[in-house]
Amino acid sequence: MLVLDHVQGGYGETRVLFDVSLSVGAGEVVALLGRNGMGKTTTVRTIMGLQPRQGGRISLDGGDLLGVAPFHIARRGIGLVPEGRQVFPTLSVEENLVATARPGVWDVASIKALFPRLAERRRHLGRQLSGGEQQMLAIGRALATNPRLLILDEATEGLAPLIRAEIWACLGRLKASGMAILVIDKNLDAILRLADRCVVLEKGVTVWAGTALELGAAPEVRERYLHI
Amino acid sequence: MRRSGLLLPLVLFGVLALVPGLRAAGVPLGGFWPLLLERVIVFAIAAMSLDLILGIGGLVSFGHAAPLAIGAYTVAILNEANVTEAALVVPCAMVAAGVFALLTGAVALRTRGINFIMITLAFAQMVFFAVSSLADYGGEDGYTLFSRTRVLGHDWLGANNFYVSALVVLFGVWLLLRMISLSRFGRALAACRQNRVRVRALGLDPFAIELVAMVIAAMICAVAGVLMANEAEFVSPAYGGWQRSGDLMVMVILGGIGSLHGAILGAFVVVLAEEGLGRLTQHWPLIYGPGLILAVLYLRGGLAGIGVRRG
Repeated sequence: MLVLDHVQGGYGETRVLFDVSLSVGAGEVVALLGRNGMGKTTTVRTIMGLQPRQGGRISLDGGDLLGVAPFHIARRGIGLVPEGRQVFPTLSVEENLVATARPGVWDVASIKALFPRLAERRRHLGRQLSGGEQQMLAIGRALATNPRLLILDEATEGLAPLIRAEIWACLGRLKASGMAILVIDKNLDAILRLADRCVVLEKGVTVWAGTALELGAAPEVRERYLHI
Repeated sequence: MRRSGLLLPLVLFGVLALVPGLRAAGVPLGGFWPLLLERVIVFAIAAMSLDLILGIGGLVSFGHAAPLAIGAYTVAILNEANVTEAALVVPCAMVAAGVFALLTGAVALRTRGINFIMITLAFAQMVFFAVSSLADYGGEDGYTLFSRTRVLGHDWLGANNFYVSALVVLFGVWLLLRMISLSRFGRALAACRQNRVRVRALGLDPFAIELVAMVIAAMICAVAGVLMANEAEFVSPAYGGWQRSGDLMVMVILGGIGSLHGAILGAFVVVLAEEGLGRLTQHWPLIYGPGLILAVLYLRGGLAGIGVRRG
């Protein structure tokens, strides 16, 4: 479905990604791992076309995304839950969900069913929500675009353990529904439970790729690249 | 502030509707207030259209007088050609302003912040100088209409009927803009104001959304231009001057940015300041200016936000 092949990219003349390769198949959950500053968010931004690609190939369903406008990339079926949530602060919960929605199985009602908290807070403004609720809204907003691939960048960062568990449980349900997911997170235990495959980045280079089971059984990889 | 409800806008429309009501009841109103309120209504239409892009879309256009002038000069140009039927004049004005917004917006929206302000100002100044050089239409001196625009043959924009007609247009424009602001398009426009990158990453093109909003706003403003020309029976390049663009911005900000009906309050205060304070003293800007500063500092939701709990 999504394939990154020796991708290079960065900010202006500063190169951050030197050789990133990964793939996400239909219905598959892939975790992108690495310490801070290794290029995970830049990889996501480069996939979405928000950051210029300086080399390599990124393709979705076989078609190269080079030169495709970010909103067209999103329309082709990628839903991004960005780092820092970035909900629209002065739109209500419902307005956040509706503003960028596209028709499909995920509508306001089904998203509220997935996150009952959002149903309770539907008339509140984005900025009036707690961090966890904002995160649920950010996921809901991405689902409302009815993507085939959901990308989550640090979706549980800075959240209370209970909320975090709720979000992981929700991601599990999404996986069960057949949604392809590319997830970036620091919570390795939860990742290993959810992901099918893992890709490790080190200084903008894919240094390890394998199944979640293999990563679980490779303490030297975890220690060397993830400092765990 | 869209959440401030319907009470205040309906009260405002009720107050504006008092004039024809009292007139019909035979109450002598004199000439000052009805004429002043006519100007308020026309400016409120223009300011409300600006509120769509400024208040909801966050696009600080310093050139919104341009579609106003385009609307007014469409009346003058067609007047000279003996065309005074609103069914022709209004669509022509709207199309002209819409095309102008489409072309200039396509350039201006490639920039943000101060550059956007300067480019919209520059385009409006081009309109100002273009209409100033129209010698056949009075050049810098302006052009006096030989006849007001007629609506399907009726004298609905004549001096006796103008107030009611303009009020009906204002109400229609308010309803339309309210529907737009509450629509999915309006929410997407508001989302663009808050985070364009996020909107793009979620599959919408902020450029297209904002361009459509600019075209809609310009077309509505052109209607205000048509009314303004008829109200004064005169058009002048000053309609498109940068001071006029500034006035419209003041009306929106003072009235309550993003509220739509705040434009009526803003227009009332600005027109009253010009006409009323101007009669009291020639140094009226010395009162108006500090008042404006205090209003911006202490009325965060504008006049429409007084007494409204902000979410």
